[in-house]
Amino acid sequence: MPHFGLFLKRALGMAALGLTLAVPGLAQAQQAPANTLDAVRARGQLICGVNTGLAGFAQPDSQGVWRGFDVDYCRAISAAIFGDPNKVRYVPTTAQVRFTALQSGEVDVLARNTTWTLSRDTALGLDFAATNFYDGQGFMVKTALGVKSAKELEGATICVQPGTTTEQNLSDWARANRIRFTPVVIERLEELVAAFVAGRCDAYTTDVSGLAATRSAQPKPDDYLILPEVISKEPLAVGVRQGDARFADIVRWTHYLLLSAEEFGITQANLDRMANDPRPEVQRMLGKNGELGKMLGLDNLWAVNVLKAVGNYGEVFDRSLKPIGIQRGPNALWTTTGGLQYSPPFR
Amino acid sequence: MSDITLNASAKVAEAAPRSAPISQVGFVGWMRANLFSGWLSTAVTLLLAYLIVRWAIGFVDWAFINAVWSVPNNQTQACRDLRGTGACWAVITEKHRFILFGTYPYEEHWRPALCIALFVGLYIVSAMRRFWRKELALIWVGVLTLIGVLMWGGVLGLTYVPQERWGGLVITLILATFGLALAFPLAILVALGRRSKLPAIKALCVIYVELIRGVPLISLLFMASVMFPLFLPEGMNIDKLLRAQIAIILFAGAYLAEVVRGGLQSLSKGQYEAADALGLSYWQKTGFIILPQALRLVIPPLVNTFIGFFKDTSLVLIIGIFDLLTAGKTAIIEPAWQGFGIEVYLTVGAIYFIFCFAMSKYSQGLEAELNRHRAR
Repeated sequence: MPHFGLFLKRALGMAALGLTLAVPGLAQAQQAPANTLDAVRARGQLICGVNTGLAGFAQPDSQGVWRGFDVDYCRAISAAIFGDPNKVRYVPTTAQVRFTALQSGEVDVLARNTTWTLSRDTALGLDFAATNFYDGQGFMVKTALGVKSAKELEGATICVQPGTTTEQNLSDWARANRIRFTPVVIERLEELVAAFVAGRCDAYTTDVSGLAATRSAQPKPDDYLILPEVISKEPLAVGVRQGDARFADIVRWTHYLLLSAEEFGITQANLDRMANDPRPEVQRMLGKNGELGKMLGLDNLWAVNVLKAVGNYGEVFDRSLKPIGIQRGPNALWTTTGGLQYSPPFR
Repeated sequence: MSDITLNASAKVAEAAPRSAPISQVGFVGWMRANLFSGWLSTAVTLLLAYLIVRWAIGFVDWAFINAVWSVPNNQTQACRDLRGTGACWAVITEKHRFILFGTYPYEEHWRPALCIALFVGLYIVSAMRRFWRKELALIWVGVLTLIGVLMWGGVLGLTYVPQERWGGLVITLILATFGLALAFPLAILVALGRRSKLPAIKALCVIYVELIRGVPLISLLFMASVMFPLFLPEGMNIDKLLRAQIAIILFAGAYLAEVVRGGLQSLSKGQYEAADALGLSYWQKTGFIILPQALRLVIPPLVNTFIGFFKDTSLVLIIGIFDLLTAGKTAIIEPAWQGFGIEVYLTVGAIYFIFCFAMSKYSQGLEAELNRHRAR
């Protein structure tokens, strides 16, 4: 029995030591499965962290099937790995739990309209693989208010969501432009919009994509005006766990594939015809020539599988974002219309 | 003698008491006494009656007469053209399955539907006193297992459905039922432990109750979903729903323990001493004498806590679980259906109300029945 006491003491001591060691190194210690690709393959499923519900980007439809721009990225990555876009498990994540979910290995990839910032990139144990949507914060007012520029918002009440970069951008911008305003802070988007429509605030600020979506859902969209000023850069990027370059490459090049396909005019519909396209880059991309797929650790026909599943970037965009009134704007291809979306060459 | 008696009775019959004037008894009398007793009372009654009737007509107009019950193919223009003069129940017609079952695979919806029916059946059976036997525990274990099998599948030819896809009413019922069913025994133990004479047990129970009651449920859920996974070894993930469930059990346990302790304290010392005098052991004393009396005293606060927790399960929305309320909110995110929140919230509120009202009504009956000896 004295031995037991000693044992207990030791065990407790070791537990305490373990805890003290573990606590400071939490973020580092949790580089859950180091090789995500192998883990995904072994599981037979990609686990994709998506928004709990954001019109156009990720939302379950009436049948409970996830749809949207970010969801199509999950499908595309799944098609790249498995040749099947449906081997995805969607985990709805709130703004607060999204980074933990990625760090702890609960999800493999975070396609959840997350702004790429320096502090997130360095401190939160994730890497941003690809900017799939360039957004920026703007303002919307009622046309009846007669305001034509954000500079005229002196003394206005402004509806804003708490806890996101949006609130911080707003106060930074107001301070820089010496504009005094009264914030009306409401957590839930639906209620925030209702407050704005009901006239509780003069202006409503969020990312331009969100403004466009809200505006198009109103009975009379012309009653609302999106002001020209864009006060922040919000590159929404797909995130993966830090320290897994191979998996990050797959996510990144899946995005580039969608861009290149649009650039070369490859669509879901003409994919089979394009397989015989004589252009060398198209041949390399679609796996006719070379071993680009193998270099990524994927099937050589990965590109065909991805494009068959979701189409090119333009098709993905038009399917989800165009119906809610979002223009291509900065998300146009650089090669054709001078937008920001630009793919390195496939060679 | 007999003649006189007969005459007398005839006289009595003749003078049969007349009923009170109609203006003093019955409905009219009640109205006069309570609603129209003076000019002020009359004025208030008339004003309120006018407001109620007006509001009721407005509501009937909105909810039934001008309402749109269905629209083809998500074309909500018909609803938007109403401009608030009528309800757009089409949103419920279109989304009711999502609100009830969340992202559960569409063609498998009969499984969560059956689970909801099983839950309701379980509640009804448990509520009837004739089933209050040892076998009831077996029924609970059996039904809850059956619900688990139905929800997860993977056996008996049912396809496997991972937890992330569960949602809607069934999640609310799972969290509430498992939460309270497991928290209640825990609460009794903690309440007894807090009154224990053993200092270690007493301290442990006090610390547990005070720690858990000292933080809001939302922060406990947040800890369970944000901090807890970081402490687990690599690659090990405890299911998100299970983590939330454990947080709810611990939280409900602490609150229920204090309710039960209130019942224990209200018993007179004589009950304890009498049980001791009979030579009963601690557990016999507790099981046969103390708890049955203590628990029936605390039925109202217990049910109060139960109802509170049934609704508190909706807080799981912050960790991305689609319970009934979150599913309702998510249903109106789709652009076509944005702006029909009132209809959805009314429906979700009605569902919550049905469950909570049933609980409250049942507890009133139970209270009256179990405390009948006190009424004497």
